[in-house]
Amino acid sequence: MSEQILFKVTVDNITIEVPAGTTILQAARQIGGAVAPPAMCYYSKLQGSGGKCRTCLVEVSKGSEKDPRPMPKLVASCRTTVMDGMEVKNITSEKVVDARAGVVEFLLLNHPLDCPICDQAGECHLQDLSFEHGKSGTRYEFQRRTFKKHDLGKHIQLHMTRCILCYRCVFTADQLTNKREHGILDRGDHAEIATHIEKSLHNEFIGNVIDVCPVGALTDKTFRFKNRVWFLKPMDAHRDCPTCSGRVTLWNRGDEVYRVTARKDEWGEIEDTPDGKPGWICNTCRFDKKQTTDWVIEGPREISRHSVIAQGHYAGNIGTTKPTETFAAINDGRSPHLLMDIHSESEVNQPNVHLGENEGPSNGATFNNNIKNA
Amino acid sequence: MGLKLLLEKANVPGIRTYDVYRREGGYSAAEKALKEMTIESIVEEVKKSGLRGRGGAGFPAGMKWSFIAKPEGVPRHLVCNADESEPGTFKDRYLMEFLPHLLLEGLLISSFALGSSDTYIYIRGEYAWVADILEEAIGEATKNGWLGKNILGTGFDCMIHVHRGAGAYICGEETALIESLEGKRGNPRIKPPFPAIQGLWMRPTVVNNVETLAAVVPIIKMGGDEYAKIGVGRSTGTKLISACGNINKPGVYEIDMTISVEDFIYSDEYCGGIANGKKLKACIPGGSSVPILPANLLLKTAKGETRYMNYESLSDGGFATGSMMGSGGFIILDEDQCIVKNTLTLARFYRHESCGQCSPCREGTGWMEKILQKIESGKGEVSDIDLLWDIQRKIEGNTICPLGDAAAWPVAAAIRHFRDEFEWHINNRELSQTSNFGLQHYADPIHVPA
Repeated sequence: MSEQILFKVTVDNITIEVPAGTTILQAARQIGGAVAPPAMCYYSKLQGSGGKCRTCLVEVSKGSEKDPRPMPKLVASCRTTVMDGMEVKNITSEKVVDARAGVVEFLLLNHPLDCPICDQAGECHLQDLSFEHGKSGTRYEFQRRTFKKHDLGKHIQLHMTRCILCYRCVFTADQLTNKREHGILDRGDHAEIATHIEKSLHNEFIGNVIDVCPVGALTDKTFRFKNRVWFLKPMDAHRDCPTCSGRVTLWNRGDEVYRVTARKDEWGEIEDTPDGKPGWICNTCRFDKKQTTDWVIEGPREISRHSVIAQGHYAGNIGTTKPTETFAAINDGRSPHLLMDIHSESEVNQPNVHLGENEGPSNGATFNNNIKNA
Repeated sequence: MGLKLLLEKANVPGIRTYDVYRREGGYSAAEKALKEMTIESIVEEVKKSGLRGRGGAGFPAGMKWSFIAKPEGVPRHLVCNADESEPGTFKDRYLMEFLPHLLLEGLLISSFALGSSDTYIYIRGEYAWVADILEEAIGEATKNGWLGKNILGTGFDCMIHVHRGAGAYICGEETALIESLEGKRGNPRIKPPFPAIQGLWMRPTVVNNVETLAAVVPIIKMGGDEYAKIGVGRSTGTKLISACGNINKPGVYEIDMTISVEDFIYSDEYCGGIANGKKLKACIPGGSSVPILPANLLLKTAKGETRYMNYESLSDGGFATGSMMGSGGFIILDEDQCIVKNTLTLARFYRHESCGQCSPCREGTGWMEKILQKIESGKGEVSDIDLLWDIQRKIEGNTICPLGDAAAWPVAAAIRHFRDEFEWHINNRELSQTSNFGLQHYADPIHVPA
């Protein structure tokens, strides 16, 4: 093997050496942290993706060692390869911060913001993006565009109103399946993801479009409205699957498997299998194997993102710390009899009813008795 | 009469047919190029001529040709961009409709210079009858041995194919055009790689405008140095201007780029003055996407110099007080025209034509249109003007292709030069629905330090 050529690239004053042909985004991800630009449409496992959402715009303040001129415009870091001696400004550039806030505003312009009823809430990249780079409030005062909901087959629902047209699902359907049936209709702000004349998709791997969707436009119908992701515990599991690698994440509550997804890395992309191929999973694993007995559970999955899913599940393991205060300390030395009791006053737990004095399970009658006694 | 290189023979009866065109000296440049010149010397002549791309951006054509990659065993392609969809621009249509053989001759020479054996004309779908004319002309040229196998015994093969677009403005962008030509959705590609390296079917490709390719014919005939003497500075040769709007004589004019804007508008040879004895209010000098200029800045630059019809002079002062030559779609607005309505019309066009691939353009163009609609219908607030300004600023330069810029510039320029008219619209809601701001007072030119 010939020796790999390494390029020096500086992102936000941090220098790193990467092989020639690496994109600015990949180099910045190697540095990690806030230096990595956000990406809504780029997906390293999908050929041709990226360049569309414009959230990963960066300023190139020095083109390369040979040609130190800065690039005149902001460039999409996901599709621009590094040059030796390149200097890139991401969060250190005011222009980038301003442009990115603009892009977030544009992305949210026609987005319904129905997070409270959206299955993607909690693991939505658009939520993260607007939280980190957007502004509160909107300057848009017109009606947002809406679409009818469509079913892409038995298990997938397409809710175009939420779509940000990242084209990831189009590339997925194109690259994982043989027939091209999934694409974009129309153009401009009325463009929509669609199958060829509302056909349903029956490919064995089509379920992966749910995993690549950065927002809640493509959702798993076997999981719709069943639970919120932050109540579920992600577990790594595998099974001997004849069609795919069978390496998945189970989302459990108690012993019940609520949904099955592919394993995702810290950038929200599908992890590679040990043999270096993307770990796409088949529809059987995703939609049909919903029993714990179907799976060999490897253990709890580490959620490394600063996502709400990570909150409280595996304290210590993932950067969150166990609270040091005790309930007793908060409640003036009074330790609660029931969890409800930590509230000083509420509709259910009236101050004159001391739930702790009840023997056994309470019902309406005990409440009434207690009130009478009081 | 001004010098005419392209349209010299346009009025000869029957020039559309091969026989008349040939009798008038047609195809002699192709004969000269193929028989007497080498590939290098043709490219050299075009470089020396200083010919700049006539499609809008004004990039030197010879330079573009020299960028084309020449890997061993990979075919190269020349594509003629006839997807002329810029509002206000209709010069290519005129050229193709009346002088189809001139374009074919230019294409033949250029194909020879670039080594393209399969050359494509991507014509916009609405020009259906023009495509028929071109196909007929290609048939005649093939019959007479100017196209096909072993042209003039030189061993060079060339075929020209006409491809009809389906009516998308975005397909005038070269990479979107290539995608469309490949049979895909006309979305612009992300550059790099540029078409000169990986274009049509991932092969090295040059995309040139109709007028640019037609201009190769006089360059070969008279030589690059002679051609460069016409015009002024870096604006060499002649340019077709399609003049329209409130003028007495709308039409396609060939100018040699030394004429002043004032002469062009008021002389009888060209536009013949403003129609119905009205006064000039504003002008969009290079097709709908370039910044609009108020009359005071159109005729004189901010420094008080006369403005001429050429690339440098029209862009003098940058976007603060200047505009662009663009594609030569010269739109004149008289005192009765409403700038807000005009800007809304343009914004509606760009909203409709945005491909929807990248977010700033997809969402921003629609937003701008809605705000302009609100102002135009007398429901606007003063804060809307600042909002518009902020939106266009966030679109410009942040998109994949220049359509984002093209949508942002007209809005920016309208606010920059006609802010008082926007404010009048907002402050006089009822009056603005029945009457017009007129010429009352322009925004003064922004002071430019010498």
